[in-house]
Amino acid sequence: MLKLIKIKSLILIFSVFFVLSNEAYCAGGETYDLIKPGFSFEGPTGTYDRAQLRRGYQVYREVCASCHSMKQLAFRNLSQKGGPEYTEDDAKLFASEYTVIDGFDDYGDSVERTRILSDRFPNPYDSKEAAKASNNGAYPPDLSLITKARSGGYNYIYSLLQGYGKEIPEGIEISDTLSYNPWFPGNGIAMYQPLYEESVEYEDGTFASIEQMSADVTAFLAWSAEPEMEERKRLGFIVMSFLIIFALLMFFTTTRLWKDVH
Amino acid sequence: MDTDYKYEPKNGLTRWLDSRLPLMRFTSEHVLQFPTPKNLNYFWTFGFILTMCLVTQIITGIILAMHYAPSTLLAFDSVEHIMRNVNYGWLIRYIHSNGASMFFLAVFIHMFRGLYYGSYKEPREVIWILGCIIYLLMIVTAFMGYVLPWGQMSFWGATVIINLVGTLPLIGESLTQMLLGGFAVDNPTLNRFFSLHYLLPFIIFGVVLLHIWALHVPGNNNPVGLSVQGKQDTVAFHPYYTVKDFFAYTVFLLLFCYFIFYNPNALGHADNYIEADAMVTPAHIVPEWYLLPFYAILRAVPDKLAGVLLMFGAIAVLFFLPWLDTAKVRSGRYRPVFRYFYVLFVIDCLILGYLGAQVPEGIYLFLSRVTTIYYFAFFLLVLPILGRIEKMKPMPIGISNSELSRDMVAAE
Repeated sequence: MLKLIKIKSLILIFSVFFVLSNEAYCAGGETYDLIKPGFSFEGPTGTYDRAQLRRGYQVYREVCASCHSMKQLAFRNLSQKGGPEYTEDDAKLFASEYTVIDGFDDYGDSVERTRILSDRFPNPYDSKEAAKASNNGAYPPDLSLITKARSGGYNYIYSLLQGYGKEIPEGIEISDTLSYNPWFPGNGIAMYQPLYEESVEYEDGTFASIEQMSADVTAFLAWSAEPEMEERKRLGFIVMSFLIIFALLMFFTTTRLWKDVH
Repeated sequence: MDTDYKYEPKNGLTRWLDSRLPLMRFTSEHVLQFPTPKNLNYFWTFGFILTMCLVTQIITGIILAMHYAPSTLLAFDSVEHIMRNVNYGWLIRYIHSNGASMFFLAVFIHMFRGLYYGSYKEPREVIWILGCIIYLLMIVTAFMGYVLPWGQMSFWGATVIINLVGTLPLIGESLTQMLLGGFAVDNPTLNRFFSLHYLLPFIIFGVVLLHIWALHVPGNNNPVGLSVQGKQDTVAFHPYYTVKDFFAYTVFLLLFCYFIFYNPNALGHADNYIEADAMVTPAHIVPEWYLLPFYAILRAVPDKLAGVLLMFGAIAVLFFLPWLDTAKVRSGRYRPVFRYFYVLFVIDCLILGYLGAQVPEGIYLFLSRVTTIYYFAFFLLVLPILGRIEKMKPMPIGISNSELSRDMVAAE
């Protein structure tokens, strides 16, 4: 038994070590603590708030989408389990608002048709160059994976969105084409303030404060980065429960078997 | 090793088979009835755990390869395709990516165990050396695997490491060209890394078989470090160690599954979810956690070539361990002074790992130099000298008597 405790403590030491070494990279260059509002999808049993995801999609669609692509998402994802869970008809309706060039007709002319469920979200720019040209040379990153692709994760995105309109501290120079944002590495961000009070008019009547929209769109982006999260946690609970019971049985089996060995 | 147990075919069919392909005999004598010291502790379960890790990586890897596209244009998106569109693709990929970390965690414990109990000493030198080869192959395989998702850290990690290889005298340039397949990390690099990443695990598998073969000649070492003297010292591998190993593996799986299901990206770097871009260099280029100690050693030295040689030297020195340690006593239990140096060495490696993730400046640079010096001093000074001058604790006369004698030692 003592030996077992030794092993467990060793494993614990190692896992603490992983987390520490991992935290270390996250710390790179950030001087401001992230705002952590506490999202519904946190923790081992957390799930997405459907209404929040739908509001978040509205913010993305009406604000972010004018510059940022989400190339990993298809319209069918909007109706799948564990997401905003729109009905298939609603998702079709969203898709039909956009067109796509799809192959050629018999005369060799390109064919434009409205998007369907299996189509991806449209890209606001035809090329990376066009995107840069429209944004003072900065490329608006694809948002499909953004909460996984930034240290600090969704809390970083949430903080960043609220980091505008703050007084520039003395000693910090921000060029004219950039905005001051305390959470952005280097503090000068090429994205202008994207959200203002009532930038969108929520369909469910929620008041669209900057805080509210930031939280909603962050939740939506967290889902788009990890659409499998709910299924993952659900399966994880079953697997972990099984393993705990199985480990206990194996422990008793081992003790019983070794009882007579001296 | 000599065993009293001999396989006897029970019926006509097994007798017929035994004289043609003695498969049943082999299984019986080398798996089921294999005499194993009865005093092995839980640190000895990691051999089995590591075998399971290798099998897990191979199986999940084969499935991932069915959906992955090794092209710079498609690689990143094909990984996202696996995560989003392939049935349970996220599960398979998270098992594979976290599995690499768990594999290294287990191999570190396995190696530190060997180091403490003197499992590399005569007559087990070849087992140790084969183990070092496996470890080296694991590092190469993991490095190539990390390049495949074609994220920013994949691309820049590969760029940094291949540059380092280029500093080696004589072979550097041609080796760099062979790895790159061009002038920079690009499509040919990704293609050959994918090919080699698929090949190397099977080579590891082959060396693992040799490792186990070499183990089955002298048999297992054990916590007291004494050789098996007779039947009273051993139990049959099955069921005693099959059950015990499986229990330990289940506990190991609990940690593994925590990462897979509840914190799947904790061990990775956020930048690898950004597609590779040759025009944008990440602020900090860091390898995966299991390579950080070596990265710290590399950056502790101001000269690039010297750093590279020290980094490779940190692994190369392991191969000579059986001859560097001059102590005849195997187990660290009976080496009172060695124990302190050993604990210090484990802490040293952990600190090196921590430092590998920091920017090498100021106190971090100073610390990484101190810890690098101790890393090499442990192998090149402490072990050769200590073995000659250390006064060993009284030892039991045999494995079966060890319990009694250990109490005596503790009472002193």
